[in-house]
Amino acid sequence: MTLSKLYATMMNATALSVAIAGSVSAADLEFYFPVGVNAPAVETIQALTDEWATANPQHTVKAVYAGNYEDTTTKALTAANAGQPPQVAVLLSIDLFTLIEEDVILPISDIANTEEDKEWISGFYPGFMKDAQFEGKTYAIPFQRSTPVFYYNKDAFREAGLDPEAPPKTWDEMIEVGKALTVKDDSGNVKRWGTRIPTLGLGGAWLFGGLVVSKGDVLTTETGTEARMDTPATLASLEFLLRLAEEEVMAPGGITWGDTPKAFLEGQTASMWTSTGNLAFVEKNAEFDWGVGFLPGGDGPGAPIGGGNFYIMQDTTDEERAAALSFIKFMTSPKSAAKWSMATGYVAPRPDTWETPEMKAYTKRLPQALVALDQLAYAEREFATFQRAKVTQYLVDAIESVVTGNANPAEALSKAQKGADKVLSDYK
Amino acid sequence: MNMKLSFRLALIMLVIPCSLLVTFTHYPAIQAMINSFWNNGSSRRPSRFVGTDNYLTLIEDDRLMQVLFNSTIYAIGTIPLAIGLAIGMALLVNSRLPGTALMRLSFFMPTMLPMIAVANIWLFFYAPGIGLASQILEIFGLPSINFLGRTDTSLASMMFVAVWKEAGLFMIFYLAALQAVPTNLKDAARLEGASSGRVFLDIVLPLLRPTTIFVAVNALINAFRLVDHVIVMTEGGPNNSSSLLLYYIYEVTFRQRDFAYGATLTVLMVFTLGLLAIAQFWLLNRKAHYQ
Amino acid sequence: MKQGLDRILFSTLAIVLAAIWALPFAYSVWTAFHEEKYSANFQLSAPWTLENFIVAWQAAPFSLYFANTIILITIVLIANLVLCTLVAYAFVRYKFRWAGFLFAFIMVQLLISPEILIVENYLTLSRVGLTDTIIGIALPYLTSAFGIFLLRQTFLTVPKSLDEAAQIEGASTWRILWNVYVPLSWPVYLAYSLVSVSFHWNNFLWPLIITNSPEVRPLTVGLSVFATVDSGVEWSLVNAATLMTTAPLIIAFIIFQRQFVANFMRAGIK
Repeated sequence: MTLSKLYATMMNATALSVAIAGSVSAADLEFYFPVGVNAPAVETIQALTDEWATANPQHTVKAVYAGNYEDTTTKALTAANAGQPPQVAVLLSIDLFTLIEEDVILPISDIANTEEDKEWISGFYPGFMKDAQFEGKTYAIPFQRSTPVFYYNKDAFREAGLDPEAPPKTWDEMIEVGKALTVKDDSGNVKRWGTRIPTLGLGGAWLFGGLVVSKGDVLTTETGTEARMDTPATLASLEFLLRLAEEEVMAPGGITWGDTPKAFLEGQTASMWTSTGNLAFVEKNAEFDWGVGFLPGGDGPGAPIGGGNFYIMQDTTDEERAAALSFIKFMTSPKSAAKWSMATGYVAPRPDTWETPEMKAYTKRLPQALVALDQLAYAEREFATFQRAKVTQYLVDAIESVVTGNANPAEALSKAQKGADKVLSDYK
Repeated sequence: MNMKLSFRLALIMLVIPCSLLVTFTHYPAIQAMINSFWNNGSSRRPSRFVGTDNYLTLIEDDRLMQVLFNSTIYAIGTIPLAIGLAIGMALLVNSRLPGTALMRLSFFMPTMLPMIAVANIWLFFYAPGIGLASQILEIFGLPSINFLGRTDTSLASMMFVAVWKEAGLFMIFYLAALQAVPTNLKDAARLEGASSGRVFLDIVLPLLRPTTIFVAVNALINAFRLVDHVIVMTEGGPNNSSSLLLYYIYEVTFRQRDFAYGATLTVLMVFTLGLLAIAQFWLLNRKAHYQ
Repeated sequence: MKQGLDRILFSTLAIVLAAIWALPFAYSVWTAFHEEKYSANFQLSAPWTLENFIVAWQAAPFSLYFANTIILITIVLIANLVLCTLVAYAFVRYKFRWAGFLFAFIMVQLLISPEILIVENYLTLSRVGLTDTIIGIALPYLTSAFGIFLLRQTFLTVPKSLDEAAQIEGASTWRILWNVYVPLSWPVYLAYSLVSVSFHWNNFLWPLIITNSPEVRPLTVGLSVFATVDSGVEWSLVNAATLMTTAPLIIAFIIFQRQFVANFMRAGIK
């Protein structure tokens, strides 16, 4: 072959591949995601992202670790305001109303409108889809969802003469069991508490939501304009928290979310209420026999649903949207979701994921992972309204003022309700 | 010197540099005032003029009252404490005791660290049950204290963090001043039989006044400006007990996305700082000369 | 005898105070070099490890954060040195009607620093599209009232005779600045540089709200992103990361202790 012929062939081949690539509409995606410092979690996201990128070479995707949930939402919004939003992001499910109001996300149901797509959307657990929908459209796709669960130290149970396979199911049982588990030292100081429920900040508000659900009520509805802060259920929940401290089952005062797993692992508390997303962390570091149960409930089991969903931003081209949708489908596919769930303990959002051989082996080895899934039947959406940050702050203030002994429950809740109503009045 | 400033020179030497400064100091202050009379806009509802609505909200804001109270206590608490400790440290380091270099390193180290690092260190220190504070209390048989989780200790805990960071810097200024005190004055006093204590109170302390003024102004500015530790350690809680004004502005504007109210709070802050500046100016003019 | 007792008393007091003062930082450093499980259970005999540093370094792009911080402080420092010199020079050498007013006007920035006006400054940068850029972080600080103040004080001490002599020899405004004023103020420039670098290395709130992506994030923001987690906090990692990000400043301080102290002192007196 002469040099010129070789050259011509090369040019033709290049032109052809460019044409092919062009016809599959290349897109550059920027993907914001929140995670904790759990090294495997960040790596897992990166690995999954790379996998999709390799399978879709015409697109590029850059995964940007943006901090914790709040930070990631803030960053996505500020980037959108500045005209440089990411194309796809995992953000809190409860940010739905804020994102809609600021007009930064588009209804995924609008672009996922083929029969195949619709079937794909219906393949997610309805529990997780509840807070992804507004006014009949689906705005988000569940990705890293969780409920809090009750972790307990089986060795501590045995020490206290309790059955390690029977975690408490009701609030009264929690107090009974908790009293037996609390250990004091010689000077009368508590060395190990019976249980630990975070009460500060948004983590505290999340768990509080679970208490309310277990009393048969909800904190917010799908309209996004209603906050039910002053109800018999919320009152009972606050009183339960106070009782736990009074009966010396739990430390009095504000309890942080971030230090809770560490306190549990260090034996400072015999049980803890925290996200199933901490499963991997506990498994890796626990030096004792441990188990997981439903959150003890007031009138029955109850839990809040939490975690993040995939959103596609409004400010995107058609190519970017198609690429983003493909990316989301990949990330929530059984294989990917299984990897993600096993790396963290988040609940895989599709039934078909739990049927994969990897997940079956995982749950056989770690049956604790199934608890969150089973609890899903009793779970309700997390606190979410328009102006969520502002309205939630009223709830947070109420809870914090009560557990630190600065207000009585009835007053605190009434004050919170007034504040919330004032903010939401604009939206009704 | 008294040379005349040509237009060209003025442009290069003054206008360009100062316009940068004005853009980020004076202009935003005025913008804040203007914006405080409008409400928030979103894509669905554009912003509209609401007159004094935001100021009414401000007056009725319980949280703001708590925040202002906190900020006042914080300023009143940290400034004298930092100054007092700084003088003490400077005296120790300036003395002829052994190991002053190490002492100086230990006292000054926190100043070198960014506040965020200081916050992490103290967050770890204060962690109930796990942190060093708890471990030490345990040794003495005392119960662990939930420093950051109680409304009565959270602000004090923040104040202590700030003092820990600042005192070392102020110590350096006092060191300079101490070393500038003429030794013959001190020697003369001692010859006349004055005790070390008297020498200090009657001779050294008054000479430290200019430094104290300088340090106090610095401490005051920092008390308003530096809220990194609140962001990282308590997020203003529990129940707003450790929230400071600038933190509240950050929370309202960037967490709750309420820019209009944020602008209103900014106006309040600028106004407060302005009043403090005038008060300082007046106080300074009454006292001894500060070069 | 009393003197001796006094000495011992003060010595003890000094050592105890210094030790207590150093304790939080010392323990933090200790934790960084030991496994996580010792962070809550101090044991003198615990084995040392560098694992935390390796994991922390890999868990977040610290090298990128370092680079960003260095670029940031360099931009700010150069701008500070140049711009503040120009303004100080103008005030010292020239007479113009509104000089007093302008000086007071500029000094407002000492009290009302850019962080105070964080809401509006953010909006300003947002409007010109400079959020999430390093220059965006630097912009509000390029002209520093403190720098102007310091340099003006210093330039005032330059003997007028030198200036006049240079003028007679036909030197231009800029020559005189460069050859007379600047060299004589060299210690102050050094002092101010140290102040500027450590201030901007440590700045947190403003960079926090201006930056979004890791490409632009400086160390302080990177550290906070690393440390604020939704699941269990690993203190040994956080302390290792904290130590890593502050190590350069600490090492610089230990080496240049004498100069640091002398220069901060000078900055204070003036």
